[in-house]
Amino acid sequence: MMGGMSGLNEMDELYEAIILDHYRSPRNTAAVENPDIDLEVNNPFCGDEFHIQLKVDDCSISGVSITGRGCAISQASASLLAELVDGKSTEEVQAAVDCVRRLLKGEEISNEEADILGDIEALGGVRKFPVRIKCALLSWVGLDDGLKEHLA
Amino acid sequence: MSESTLSAGTRVFDPDAIRADFPILQRKIHGQELVYLDNAATTQKPKQVIKSLTDYYEQTNANVHRGVHTLSMEATNGYEVARTKVAKFINAPRSEEVIWTRNTSESLNLVAATWAEANISEGDNIVITAMEHHSNIVPWQQLAFKKGAEIRYLSHNDDGVINFVDASSVIDSRTKLVSVTHMSNVLGTINPVAKLAELAHDVGAVILVDAAQSVPHMPVDVQAIDADFLAFSAHKMLGPTGIGVLWGRLDLLEEMPPYMFGGDMILEVTYEGAKWNDLPYKFEAGTPNIADAFATGAAVDYLSDLGMENVWQHEQELTAYAMEQILSLDNVKVLGPQDSSQRGGVISFVHDTIHPHDLGTALDQQGIAIRTGHHCAMPLVRSYDVVAAARASFYIYNTRSEVDALVNGISETEGYFNR
Ligand SMILES: Cc1ncc(COP(=O)(O)O)c(C=O)c1O
Repeated sequence: MMGGMSGLNEMDELYEAIILDHYRSPRNTAAVENPDIDLEVNNPFCGDEFHIQLKVDDCSISGVSITGRGCAISQASASLLAELVDGKSTEEVQAAVDCVRRLLKGEEISNEEADILGDIEALGGVRKFPVRIKCALLSWVGLDDGLKEHLA
Repeated sequence: MSESTLSAGTRVFDPDAIRADFPILQRKIHGQELVYLDNAATTQKPKQVIKSLTDYYEQTNANVHRGVHTLSMEATNGYEVARTKVAKFINAPRSEEVIWTRNTSESLNLVAATWAEANISEGDNIVITAMEHHSNIVPWQQLAFKKGAEIRYLSHNDDGVINFVDASSVIDSRTKLVSVTHMSNVLGTINPVAKLAELAHDVGAVILVDAAQSVPHMPVDVQAIDADFLAFSAHKMLGPTGIGVLWGRLDLLEEMPPYMFGGDMILEVTYEGAKWNDLPYKFEAGTPNIADAFATGAAVDYLSDLGMENVWQHEQELTAYAMEQILSLDNVKVLGPQDSSQRGGVISFVHDTIHPHDLGTALDQQGIAIRTGHHCAMPLVRSYDVVAAARASFYIYNTRSEVDALVNGISETEGYFNR
């Protein structure tokens, strides 16, 4: 008897099908050649760590790779991030990072923003599990910092 | 560990009666009965300890060592009675060797800032094990940086047992301090501290025992293990948070400079200087944590009534059962000694496919509280080539059926993530 009796179905909001799918088969993991941004992020508290590589051409992302290890949430989130940024302008990426931050804080996001996020909205499920918000944000914060430094 | 008449106990070890003393065990978590398996982090409190706090504030509250009025005398007396209970509990020769601190971490820092500050110089070394809690690593690292001293690590094998062939070459004539955990909060290993004390004393070094995980769970006799310092926290042994103990050998404590300065720790102050108070007050500046000292006395009474031999035996049986059940799971690996007779009631494990954090969240949904992460022992956890682990740790109120709930909870979680 899975879920049901033991109350595990309460976690469905956290572990939506799309999250488990990205966790099991992460996207964009092949290394990028000659990356412009190449950094490691980690959360020493839980040991999660990710290696982020980006190729930036004329203010748009022409190549991305995110690999690493962590819990289902941090891995799925990293994969969703990698999928999102591919081909986007740096401005669009920064807007999306801001939007995800607000989503996870429980703030409202507009319909247009929701459209841009698409599957990523599934990350909103962590709001009910506050200790897991850091897991979801780890790669986003890391990529954002890397981008800021690159553009500065 | 030694047999002492104190450890036999006067109360029958009846798990149902024990559970009835812990109000929090009635709580439901996500609609499920609470299964509390995070005792290495902190233990729950029996109503006797909780009542000692309310009794203190309702009947006795006053400042200590300062008044001639009845309440102050009663508060002072109770504060000192609690110290005597602690001294007896660890078989300290004298109660003035027991110093109240905030917790194990402060006890360790006190020794680092006073004894070690005065006795460790450039080229000396401090020996610790590779399985220490951050609290027994970082104070020594900082001191070593400052003094130009060296930190050396005693290694252990994969099973988490200290390598003794190695130990006699690591501890040498420049070793001033050996500071080791009595029981690992990650691996559950019980270290042979008496043997390490011998090696330390042979080279004229001092041994500090981090007893945060041993004093709560087994009879500990500072004289039998021949320790020089011993540190532990009340909150891991049924007592309140915010109070801990440093025990030290009288001659060492007497030579040591004070830790903090202020009221109570002085005998006489003039405009030109001050004269330090006698032990233990030299190390207790300012108004101490009086209420929590009373409650620590109540916690010691509770454990003494049960008898530490019985506490230890209960945990040994439960740990043996839990090891057998957890190891029977296909995808789970246990860190540390595989033989349960070599470990205390702490079991850290990793699952092949489920990250500890996901497991921790899923078990919480089932009312089961475990710890996940690096357990304040990052270098150790990393040495097992994992970034984090799950940990179940037991105490007097845990039962076999709670172990079954844990094992079942892990299987349910596998079902959930493999759906
Ligand atoms: C072995 C060991 N040493 C030291 C500590 C630190 O104890 P406290 O946080 O009470 O200072 C702990 C607590 O987790 C521990 O398990």
